[in-house]
Amino acid sequence: MIIIGERINGMFKAVNQAIQERDKSAIQDLALKQLAEGADMLDINVGTAAADPPEAMAWLVKTVREVTDAPLSIDNPNLNTMKAGLDACSGAKMINSTTGQEEALDTFIGLAKEHNASVVALCIDEKGVPVDVDGRCEIAMRIVAKAMEFDLPVEDLYIDPIVLPVKADQTGPGKVLESIKQFAVLADPAPHIVVGLSNLSQGAVDRKLINRTFLAMAIGAGLDAAILDPLDTELMDALIAAEMLMNRAIYSDSFLKAYRQR
Amino acid sequence: MVFEEPIEKWSGAVVSVTIGATAADGGTRSYAITLGGSTTLPFLQFEGEMPNRPIVAMEVLDHEPLDWPDVLTEPFADVISKPGEWAAKCVREYGAEMICLKLESTHPDLGDKGPDEAEKAVKEVLNAVDVPLVIWGCDVDEKDNIVLPRCSQAAAGERCLIGTAKEDNYKTLVASCMADAHALIAESPLDINIAKQVNVLVSEMGFPLDRIVMYPTTGGLGYGIEYAYSIQERGRLAALTGDKMMSPPVVCQVGQEAWRAKEAKATADEVPQWGPAELRGPMWEAMTAVTLLQAGSDLLLMRHPQAVAMVKRTISALVGKK
Repeated sequence: MIIIGERINGMFKAVNQAIQERDKSAIQDLALKQLAEGADMLDINVGTAAADPPEAMAWLVKTVREVTDAPLSIDNPNLNTMKAGLDACSGAKMINSTTGQEEALDTFIGLAKEHNASVVALCIDEKGVPVDVDGRCEIAMRIVAKAMEFDLPVEDLYIDPIVLPVKADQTGPGKVLESIKQFAVLADPAPHIVVGLSNLSQGAVDRKLINRTFLAMAIGAGLDAAILDPLDTELMDALIAAEMLMNRAIYSDSFLKAYRQR
Repeated sequence: MVFEEPIEKWSGAVVSVTIGATAADGGTRSYAITLGGSTTLPFLQFEGEMPNRPIVAMEVLDHEPLDWPDVLTEPFADVISKPGEWAAKCVREYGAEMICLKLESTHPDLGDKGPDEAEKAVKEVLNAVDVPLVIWGCDVDEKDNIVLPRCSQAAAGERCLIGTAKEDNYKTLVASCMADAHALIAESPLDINIAKQVNVLVSEMGFPLDRIVMYPTTGGLGYGIEYAYSIQERGRLAALTGDKMMSPPVVCQVGQEAWRAKEAKATADEVPQWGPAELRGPMWEAMTAVTLLQAGSDLLLMRHPQAVAMVKRTISALVGKK
């Protein structure tokens, strides 16, 4: 399971403050803590309040790079801010994200090739989020085809089936699970499949319970990457248990600790 | 359509563990041996690297063996009650790349010798040969906990491989090997979950992963080899897919386990239809070794010189002569 730590996000008050004040140690501390809890990659997001997003992004990337060589996921919808992050980032990096529209794919997969980066592609197109499994698979197929066109290695491609709030549509989670199963046979070898969990429980109670239960279900369906909070012990424990149950990690009595140190 | 070779890309690797210290490193060995380091399944060098070939160590007991068949004692007839000379003969005449000294006489029921005698045996072997040394206790925890620390001290500086640490008895050996800078053997009873757990427990004490060799227990040909094989294979796959706690190199007790078998021990008189003992026993041992090499074995502890020769030839053929 590829774990992408989501905590370095300007939407969090403490992170926003650290960015405003250019407080390196707070950011670096957060980076190291997430890695210690098992994160493989770190998502870097300046949030929406930054005065000069490209500059803030570059600062954030360089600050984190000072303490780790782990791949950094540059997370921003604006192309200039994205480019600033990629340019500032030495070593392994990921573009988070592009939609499934033709022009967007051309731009961002092209950018990924240029920077030798991996890329997250969302199952959204000009019509919005697909209502069913077929709609998602159609976009996913287009994404895979575009990656092949650009000669982007499939191990650098992460497809997100888009998780919507369960309260809005309770048939949604089931459709996402089915989509994950089908993405896994889109190509051989298959692209990575990634989700962000927080949307799922938007507006509901017992948010953490809902999120971690779905994560376990998704891992059973074939999910192999997730953007989440590695400092959420219960969430990580559920992830690790699910990996063990799918025979992707050998059990030992210290299996929860051993997985975090893998 | 261009044919794409179905090459596997592995994200992990077997850890490299070095045994033996030369003068440059404060020891008296003439060479050090590195085990492990592979980035691919056994011998599939078209998919990755196998920087270190599997090594054959010969077993020397600290007393005259009580139940070895004639065909096994015969190659060592003149030296079998003197560990130093026995070890020297293994290196000089039989191609042993390392020596494994088994402190069998310290077993309460097999001589109950103490730390003094064990220390003497260790020093005798260290003086008699200049190859890297494995020191293996008697497998009775309470006894090993008194004997092995003394042996560890006596061999300090030589970077030996000392065994074994088990799930419920590892702290003493870990402390000794940390203090005296040796590597240790982490043993588990044909249980991959315990194998992983022992590595976790040993690492938790601060012992470095690159000084651990795993002993997942060996089953001889006909007597559990499939189970041992499947555990080793599963462990090796885990190492290659990034499971650090399964990535130490592996040691097999080929000699001890193969020679348990009636098929190896029986004389031609006892079972005429099984053919001559001089061929049968060594072949049983060689087959055990060669089978386990395929599952991922980095150090083979062997007994009969003919089996050693057959296995070393096979290893050379599989890795390509160097």
